[in-house]
Amino acid sequence: MIAELGHFALVLALGLAIIQGGVPFYGALRNDERLEAVAAPAALTQFLLVGLSFAALMHAYVVSDFSVLNVAENSNSNLPLLYKITGVWSNHEGSMLLWVLILALFGALVAAFGNNLPIKLKALVLSVQAWTAIAFLIFILATSNPFLRLDTPPLEGQDLNPVLEDIGLAIHPPLLYLGYVGCSISFAFAVAALIEGRIDAAWARWARPWTLAAWMFLTVGIAMGSYWAYYTLGWGGFWFWDPVENASLMPWLAATALLHSAVVMEKRDALKIWTILLAILAFSLSLVGTFLVRSGVLTSVHSFASDPTRGIFILVILCIFIGGALTLFAWRAGTLAPGGLFAPISREGALVLNNILLSAAAATVIVGTLYPLALETLTGIKISVGAPFFNLTFVPLVVPLLFIMPFGPMLAWKRGDIYAAAQRLMLAFGITLAADVVIADIAGVPSAFSIFGIWLGLWLVGGAISEIAFRVKLGTTPLAESWRRAIGLPRSAFGTALAHAGLGLTVIGIIAATTWGAESIRSMKPGETLELSGYALTLDGFVQHHGPEYDETTVRFSVRHGGALSGIMEPSKRTYADRQTSTSEAALKTVWLSQLYISLGDIAADGTTTVRVYWKPVVTLTWLGAIVMALGGLMSLSDRRLRVGIPKSARRSSPPAVAPAE
Amino acid sequence: MSARRIAAALALALCLAGSAQAVEPGEMLKDPVLEARARVLSAELRCMVCQNQSIDDSEAPLAADIRVLLRQRLEAGDSDQQVLDFLVARYGEFILLKPPVNWDTLILWAVPPLVLIAGGLAAFYGYRRRNPAEPTPLDAGEQEALRRLLSGQP
Repeated sequence: MIAELGHFALVLALGLAIIQGGVPFYGALRNDERLEAVAAPAALTQFLLVGLSFAALMHAYVVSDFSVLNVAENSNSNLPLLYKITGVWSNHEGSMLLWVLILALFGALVAAFGNNLPIKLKALVLSVQAWTAIAFLIFILATSNPFLRLDTPPLEGQDLNPVLEDIGLAIHPPLLYLGYVGCSISFAFAVAALIEGRIDAAWARWARPWTLAAWMFLTVGIAMGSYWAYYTLGWGGFWFWDPVENASLMPWLAATALLHSAVVMEKRDALKIWTILLAILAFSLSLVGTFLVRSGVLTSVHSFASDPTRGIFILVILCIFIGGALTLFAWRAGTLAPGGLFAPISREGALVLNNILLSAAAATVIVGTLYPLALETLTGIKISVGAPFFNLTFVPLVVPLLFIMPFGPMLAWKRGDIYAAAQRLMLAFGITLAADVVIADIAGVPSAFSIFGIWLGLWLVGGAISEIAFRVKLGTTPLAESWRRAIGLPRSAFGTALAHAGLGLTVIGIIAATTWGAESIRSMKPGETLELSGYALTLDGFVQHHGPEYDETTVRFSVRHGGALSGIMEPSKRTYADRQTSTSEAALKTVWLSQLYISLGDIAADGTTTVRVYWKPVVTLTWLGAIVMALGGLMSLSDRRLRVGIPKSARRSSPPAVAPAE
Repeated sequence: MSARRIAAALALALCLAGSAQAVEPGEMLKDPVLEARARVLSAELRCMVCQNQSIDDSEAPLAADIRVLLRQRLEAGDSDQQVLDFLVARYGEFILLKPPVNWDTLILWAVPPLVLIAGGLAAFYGYRRRNPAEPTPLDAGEQEALRRLLSGQP
C-alpha cells in the first residue's frame, strides 16, 4: 500500500511539474503576475510529492518489503539499518528517484529563498527547472519504476552488492547528485535569461550562489568518491580516469570555469554570452554523465544495443535539452549587448585565460571519454583511452593553469600591471622554491616532474597567502591596520584564497603519493616481517570472524617504527556465501598526513599470505585539499554581497538565496 | 553518479572471476631494473576483459597472463617498443591505453590542442572587435587646424 502511495505521489508530481512548467511560463510571456506566481507553490508542492515518493521507497527498504521488486533485488533483512537506507540509491531506479528528488529540492529552494529575484525571472527559472523534472519523471515512470511489485514475494532479498556496503555509499552519491543536479539551476537561469533576452551583472549575482553551491557539492562528492575507491579497490590508486569518474569531472571543470566567468560578469558586466554558454554546458555535461552511467553504454556498446530503452530515452532527453538550449543560445545570444572593456593584462584577462585552459581541459576529458564509444559505434574499431592518454593531454593543460593561478587575484580589474603582480609574488616564489629544495634534499628526487609538481602545489598555497597579505597590506602598514583591513575584507576574498590554497594541497597530495610513494608486494608466512619506508610490519596471525552475511579472515600485523610498536593493522578478506563473492578490506594507518596501506591477496592453507603494502606520503592532502576548496566556496557563499543581491531585497529582513549551503 | 561504485562493482565482478590478484609476488622478476620497466609498461596496457583497468591493477586471469608474457619478452631482451609491438600484434591496438596517432584517432589527439588554439583565437578576435585599433593620429596640418579652432583664431 505504501509503495503504491509512493508511485501515486510520483505521478502527481509529474502532473504538478507540467503545471509548473506551463502556467508560469505562459504568464511570463504575457507579463501576467498572477500566473507567474503559480511557480513557487507548484515547485514546493512538487518537492513535497517527490519527497513523499522517496520516503515511500525508503520505507519499503527499511521494513524489508520484499514484495517490491527493487527491494528484493537490492536489500536483505540482515543488513544494518544504514545499508538498508543507502540501498535505496544503490541501484538504477532508486538513484534516478534520488536524482529527481534533488532536482525538486533545488526548485523548492529557489521558490522559497529566491525572494530577491524579479518575479518574471523567478517564474521562468522555475518553469525551465520543471521541464527537466517532467523529462526525468516520465523517464522513471515509463522505464525505471522503483515501485514494481512481485506476484510471489521472496522470503529474503538478494542482498546489497558487498562492494557497496560501505559508509561511502551514504556520502558519495548524494553529494555528487547535489552537485550534478545543482548545475540545473544555473542552466535554468541561463535559459530564462535567453528567453527574456536580458542579462546583466545582477543576473550573475543571482545565479552565482547556486553555481557555487553546486560546485562545492561536486568538489566534495568527487573527492569522497575518490577516497572510497582508494580504500575499497585495494591497490592504493585514487583516480583511474574511468569514464564514470570522467563523467563527474567534466561538469566540475565546466562549473569551475562558470564560477570564474560569472565573477567577470558580475563585477565588470563582460563575458556575458560566454557565461551563459558555460551555464548551459555545465548542466549538459551533467546530463551526458547521467547518460553515460545510466544507459549501460560504458559496460559495452553492445549491452546498450541489446536493451536500449533506457539509454535511448536518456539520449532523447539529452538531445532535446542540450540541442534546445544551444539552439536558443544561437538564436538569442546576438541580442545580448556586450559589456565592459578590458585590457589583455587585467583580472578579466587572467580569468579569460583560466577559462580557455579549463575549457581545453574539459574538452580533453570529453573527447577522451566519448571518442572511443563513438568510434566503436560508427566503425566497430575498439580503442582504449586511459590514464596514459590523459597524462599526456590533460596534465600539460592544467600545469600552466596552476602556474598562472596566483597571478589572477593580484591583477587589477580593467588594466593590470603584470610586473607589479610578479613583484608581489616574489616573496612567495622565493619561499616556496626554498621549501621545494629542502623537500628534495630530505625526501629525494624521484623525477624532475615530481619536484616541479610539489613546487606548483606550494606555489598555489603561497600565492593564496600572498594575496591576502597584499590585500591587508601586511608588513607595509602597522599590524593593527592590517588586522582592521583583514576584518573589512569581503569574505569572498578569503573564499578565493582558501579555494586556491586547497587546490594546492590537493596537487601536493597527488604528486607526493604517486611519485614518492613506496610499495612492497610479497608472500608472507606468520611471524615474518616486511620493511617499508622505515616501518616494520610483522604478520602475527589470523582471526576468524563470522559476520551476519559473511565469513571474515582478519590478518593481524604489528607495526613498528624505529623499534617501538606504533600500532596494529588488521586487513581482512570477507567471503559472502549468498553472493559467492569475496572482498578484500584494506587496513589503513594514518601517520600525520601520510598513510600506511595494507591489502591482502590470497591466503594459502599453510598461512602463506600475499600482502601488498603501500606507503603513501601526505596522501590525505589529496582529499583534505578538496575539503578546503569547498570551505572556500562556503566562505564565498556566506559573503554578504551575494546574499543581499539587489537593493530592493536589502530592505527585506530574510536573507535569501544562501540556503543550499546550509 | 552513485553508479561510479556500481560500475566498479561490475568491473570487480568481472575481474574477480579468478582468484588471481594484481601483480603476484611470484610473477615479479629478480632483476629490479627489468621489473621496474615491466611495471611501467603494465600501466600502459589494458586488461581487455575489465572495465578500464590496466593489467597492472587488474585481478583478472587474462591480465596475469599478459603480465607474465610481458616479463618473458623483457627477459628475452626485447626493448619496450618491441614488447608493445608484440602485444599489439597479438591482441590488437585495443590493448594500448594510449592509442597511437593514426587516421582513426586523429580527432581524439587533435581536440585538446585545437580547443586551446580556438579559445586563444576567439579571445584575441573578441578583444580586437571590442577594442578597435586607435584612430590614426592627426598629421601636422590637422594639428595646426585643431590648435587654431581651439584657440578661437580664425
